[in-house]
Amino acid sequence: MVKRESIRVLIAKPGLDGHDRGAKVLTLGLRDEGMEVIYTGLRQTPDMIVQAAIQEDVDVIGLSCLSGAHNYLFPAVVDLLKAKGAKHIVVVGGGIIPQEDVLLLKSKGVEALFGPGAPIRQIADCIRAAVAGKSGV
Amino acid sequence: MELVKKMLAGSQQPLARLITMVEREAPEVPEIMRQVYPHTGKAYCIGVTGPPGAGKSTLVDKLTSGFRKKGLSVGIIAVDPTSPFSGGAVLGDRIRMQQHYLDSGVFIRSMATRGSHGGLPKTAKAVVKLLDAFGKDIIIVETVGVGQTELDIMEAADTTVVVLVPEAGDAIQTMKAGLMEIAHIMVVNKADREGADYLVCELEAMVRMGPKRSDWLIPVLATQAAFDVGIDALMQEIEHHRVYLKTSGELEQRRCEQRKSEFIEIVEQRIKERLLNLVENDGRMSASVLRVKSGDIDPYSAAQEILENRELLREWLGKM
Repeated sequence: MVKRESIRVLIAKPGLDGHDRGAKVLTLGLRDEGMEVIYTGLRQTPDMIVQAAIQEDVDVIGLSCLSGAHNYLFPAVVDLLKAKGAKHIVVVGGGIIPQEDVLLLKSKGVEALFGPGAPIRQIADCIRAAVAGKSGV
Repeated sequence: MELVKKMLAGSQQPLARLITMVEREAPEVPEIMRQVYPHTGKAYCIGVTGPPGAGKSTLVDKLTSGFRKKGLSVGIIAVDPTSPFSGGAVLGDRIRMQQHYLDSGVFIRSMATRGSHGGLPKTAKAVVKLLDAFGKDIIIVETVGVGQTELDIMEAADTTVVVLVPEAGDAIQTMKAGLMEIAHIMVVNKADREGADYLVCELEAMVRMGPKRSDWLIPVLATQAAFDVGIDALMQEIEHHRVYLKTSGELEQRRCEQRKSEFIEIVEQRIKERLLNLVENDGRMSASVLRVKSGDIDPYSAAQEILENRELLREWLGKM
């Protein structure tokens, strides 16, 4: 009997904007996709996010940022994960992110980026594929 | 096991990974627990339970600050429910505990109930053991928001704190069996709301009328966790209870009972797993299952047939 294990996801809002509707929609959506979703709340520093992700042993971190500071905050999380020996954790991001920034962020190790209107199913499938890829299944 | 060694040496990441393995019931779990067990028994475990929205997480947050001020390290297990439909979960207790994220003396782990109905996932007790072996002085287990009968916490914790709110109901509610009976300490949180004094009085009356199961008189406290009101008194009562358990010998007695029930649970679960495996893989068992499914035989008689077939049982036990 092989049990399908729930993917564990940490949804976090780094930085100072207080717009968490998107993070909440995604939290619920991924729950309904069968994932265990830990929501850490507003105004997190990259340090706090990475520390929580390590204690929770998550497979994925989903970062939501609508303040325009994504170019600084998202790579900061990726780098900290590397520094702490947790680079197996997949990082995805969402928010209002211009196309040129998407390329930059991907080059810095963010797995995928989603803008307004991205279907939950698409995000969930992307997460599943990335986790399967990393764990080598 | 390398992972256990690193965890015992104080590294957080291996601890987190071991918790995941226990949670997922990995095949290595018996070996992990065997190596961990000699390092357990030092931590004091506090259970916090009560209905949804009573303020359990906020209370846990404030208690954690209190214990940290005393120089004690804290492990927190925060449980939220798994969806019966998707199998997913939203684990949101952490939000109330943000001030402790960067404190290396605090380890917070969110768990989903994963099909258990007693307010805790069935692997929670093993996770308590891991945190204990990791060296946490205090372990706080916060259950899901419970109704009246999710009582698993009483077996996992040394001191059980039941958190209620003024809206929890009248005298009749406090007289009902279940949740009201398992408290070592009762807390009426959000005590600035109307009806709090009344509920405290009702609970005190209930406590004094109830049967005396031990020499411990259950204190009833009013708190406003969000404003840090009443937390010191709660800390004191937890300490009183700890001292009471120790001096009365009840602590050792309860831990004996806990070890016994843990043992029985493990045996029960292993047998159940193997039985389910047989249902899928043994022709004779699946033949019975088919007859029961089609209604040719009632399930009681079919079970009796199996239990009376000594030959079959011996063979199966041999396979176990």
